[in-house]
This record gives sequence, C-alpha cells and structure tokens, in this order.
Amino acid sequence: MRETVMQYLNAFAIGGLICSAGQVLIDKTKLTPARILVLFVSMGVVLTALGVYQGIVDVGGAGATIPLTGFGYSLAKGAFRDVDKYGLLGAFTGGIRATAAGVAAAVFFSYLAAVAFKPRAKS
Amino acid sequence: MLEKKAGKQTSQLQKFPSIIATASIVGPKEGKGPLADYFDQAVDDEFWGEKSWEKAESKFMREVLAKVVSKASMAMDALDFVIAGDLLNQCIAANFGIRESNIPFYGIYGACSTIGEAMQLGAALIEGGFAFNVACLTSSHFCSAEKQFRFPLELGSQRHPTAQWTVTGSGGIILSAEGDGPYITRFTTGKIVDMGIKDQNNMGAAMAPAAADTIYAHFEDTGLSPDYYDMIVTGDLGKVGKRITEDLLSSNGIRISKLLNDCGLMIFDSKQDVHAGGSGCGCAATVFAGFLYDRLKKGKLNRILFVPTGALLSPTSVQQGETIPCIAHAVAIENTKGVNQ
Repeated sequence: MRETVMQYLNAFAIGGLICSAGQVLIDKTKLTPARILVLFVSMGVVLTALGVYQGIVDVGGAGATIPLTGFGYSLAKGAFRDVDKYGLLGAFTGGIRATAAGVAAAVFFSYLAAVAFKPRAKS
Repeated sequence: MLEKKAGKQTSQLQKFPSIIATASIVGPKEGKGPLADYFDQAVDDEFWGEKSWEKAESKFMREVLAKVVSKASMAMDALDFVIAGDLLNQCIAANFGIRESNIPFYGIYGACSTIGEAMQLGAALIEGGFAFNVACLTSSHFCSAEKQFRFPLELGSQRHPTAQWTVTGSGGIILSAEGDGPYITRFTTGKIVDMGIKDQNNMGAAMAPAAADTIYAHFEDTGLSPDYYDMIVTGDLGKVGKRITEDLLSSNGIRISKLLNDCGLMIFDSKQDVHAGGSGCGCAATVFAGFLYDRLKKGKLNRILFVPTGALLSPTSVQQGETIPCIAHAVAIENTKGVNQ
C-alpha cells in the first residue's frame, strides 16, 4: 500500500517537474510551443542515449514516460533494441517501431475527436 | 502647391466629412467586457451558425454593413464605395463578406490599423469630390486569427503571457459629405517603422515606436498642442506598448500620458485572462464604432485623435526570422468643423 502511494507521488512529482520546465520556457523565453515540443522530444532522446533518462523512468514511472520527453525515451530505447536485433539498420527502424502504437493511436483518436467535436476558444 | 497638406504626413481637410453612422457586432468574450453596452450586438457563438470561423467572420462584416446602412437610414446603393479589410490571407473576410453588396469596393490591408487607413482613404475620396457616402469596415476573429498567425486552436497550445487576444468582431462607419458630425478634420498617414523587434508575442512593444512616430508627426505637422484633444486613443498597443509610446513621446517633449488611452485595454477587463489586451482589425473598429462614437455624439468627448496601430508581419516573414514592420495612422475626429489653415 505504502509503496503504491509512493509510486503515485513520485510519478506526480517527476511529471510535474517536467511540465513546469515547459511552463518556465513558455513564460521566460521566446520559444514557441512547437519548438518546445521538439526540444522536449529531442531531450528525451539525448538523455536516454546518455543513460540518464532510464533512471528518471525507474523513479517516476508514467510521470516520466507520458510527457513529451517520454516519447523521445521510447524512440531511443526502440533504436537501441533494434540495433541489437538487426544491426545498424535498427537505428532507423527501431524508433518508429517502438512508437508506432502511440503514433497510430494519436491519429485515430484525433480523428474521432475531430468528428465528434468542434474546436472553439476558451472562454 | 498642395493646399490641403501640412508638413510631411498630414492632410488638413476643408470639406470635413461627417461620420453619420456606426455599427459594431462583437463575439461572446467582448460581449462580457466593460464596453458590452455600447456594441449593437454581441453574438454568443463564435461560429454564428456558420460552418467555419472564416465564414463567421465574413458574416460579421456583412451584418455590420447592413446594420450601419440601416442606422444611417439610407439605401445600400447610396454608398459610393466600401473600403474594407481584415487579417486573413487575401482579406477573404472582406471579399466574401462584401461579395453580395454590389457596391464599388476597395479591399485594403493595414493589419490592426486598417480602420484608420480606411477612414483616411474614405475621407480623401469625399474631400476630393469622388464620393458622397463611403462605408469603412474591418473585422477580425480570434479563432481565424489564431489559425492564421499562431497555431490552430485544435492544437490546444499554451498562450504566451505577453500575447494579445484578437478581438472577435466587426466595426463599420459611414462617412458622408453632409452630416451633423462628428467630423474628420485632419489625418496623419503613418510611415512604416521597424525597430528590429522579432517577437510576435510582444507586438505592443513592436508597434509603440510607430504610434509614437505618427503622433509626433501629427503635432509637428499641425502645430497643435496635445491638449487640443480630449483623448488620444491608440489601437492595440496593450499595457507595455502604451507605456513605451508615452516614454518615447515624452523624451521628445510631448507629454500625453493623461490623454492616452488604448482600445486594446478598453475592450477587455483585466479579469478576462486576455494577457496583454485586445488586438486585431476589429479591436479599434468596434471600440470606435461602439464606445468612442457614442461619447462623441453625446458630447462627453469633443475632439479625439484616433490612432489605430498595425503590425505588418506575416506567418512566413516570422518563420524566416524577419523583424516586424509596424504602422499607425492618426485620424482627428471633432464635433465642430474647426478651421484648418
């Protein structure tokens, strides 16, 4: 029980830290949201390649894998796995293979949302 | 010898075109703002029954034209020209909104300064004897402008704290060679001013030097002192831009901080989470057509200098790292015809 609670708290803290880094970038820099998105995904890839991000995932769980950096983490991990399996070509196939479900789901659910809802301004 | 020209940028009118009617229709957020009572209509749905925001924006313009013509109690074909503009690519809100009106049409682009540009051109047409009645219209729409200049709303991205909120709405006025005022007495046409600012989330700061430049030129050309006017009202500088404009002018010996107001700050309440205030072609247009015209008509204001401001950027120029060229046009509107030397 105690362990589960700690897990939730860790996920909340790590996820919150990553998101607040994004908020600071929006408030304090001239970076557009699109650039911050690319920056976060790339950071995830780099930190995973350097072996840092795995440690963050081990502590934060979904708090680390759900934000954009987690997408970079999946890309990098997939690339490593496919290189082990198929050689150097795996560097090109692994990232996409590992994230295929996420990408396809994003397209599918976005389509459903677009069919069902009309966007409007926040009031 | 140009007898109606004063200095480099100012035109002194002699026939004094009269603003005989105005109309304004705004969106839901503007309809909850502090000027709500002054607008003719506030619609509670941004689509206004249309399929797209662009169609809705055209409808704003079409309905404002119909409304302003009926408020002037004239027939549509008594208009000699319509001068209109908006923020969308190729000015489609105006092109499609005015499509069925069957009146000679000039589509213009001056970003958020467009209503000032339209009033100047309309006044010049009347002054020159080429027109009796001219309608000037502009519109903007928060949702279509976000799509045009920033990100589609579907992306749900966070807004920058200094970003302005594009006004949803359209304002229209009818200028006429005859009428009992208020009158356009003189105007100062802005020059493009580019101080090298690249941040499109901070357009108030980019536009401030253009506003200061035009206001300075106005007093330089006319020899008037700022307190000749009851109010000097800029288009959409927001808080930061307004302060920069005051500072720039005061360092040139023109102190207007008591007179200066900004449509972008007037149209929304600070509680409405609009960050740096309102902007867009519809901002200055609806505030003038709704609030300022009412104040002039009731004699609460008798002389104003209306200075809509515009940032002349495009999404492509921003992506290519260009700076933001800006412009401001000043129009003097007075309840008495006055005498121009």
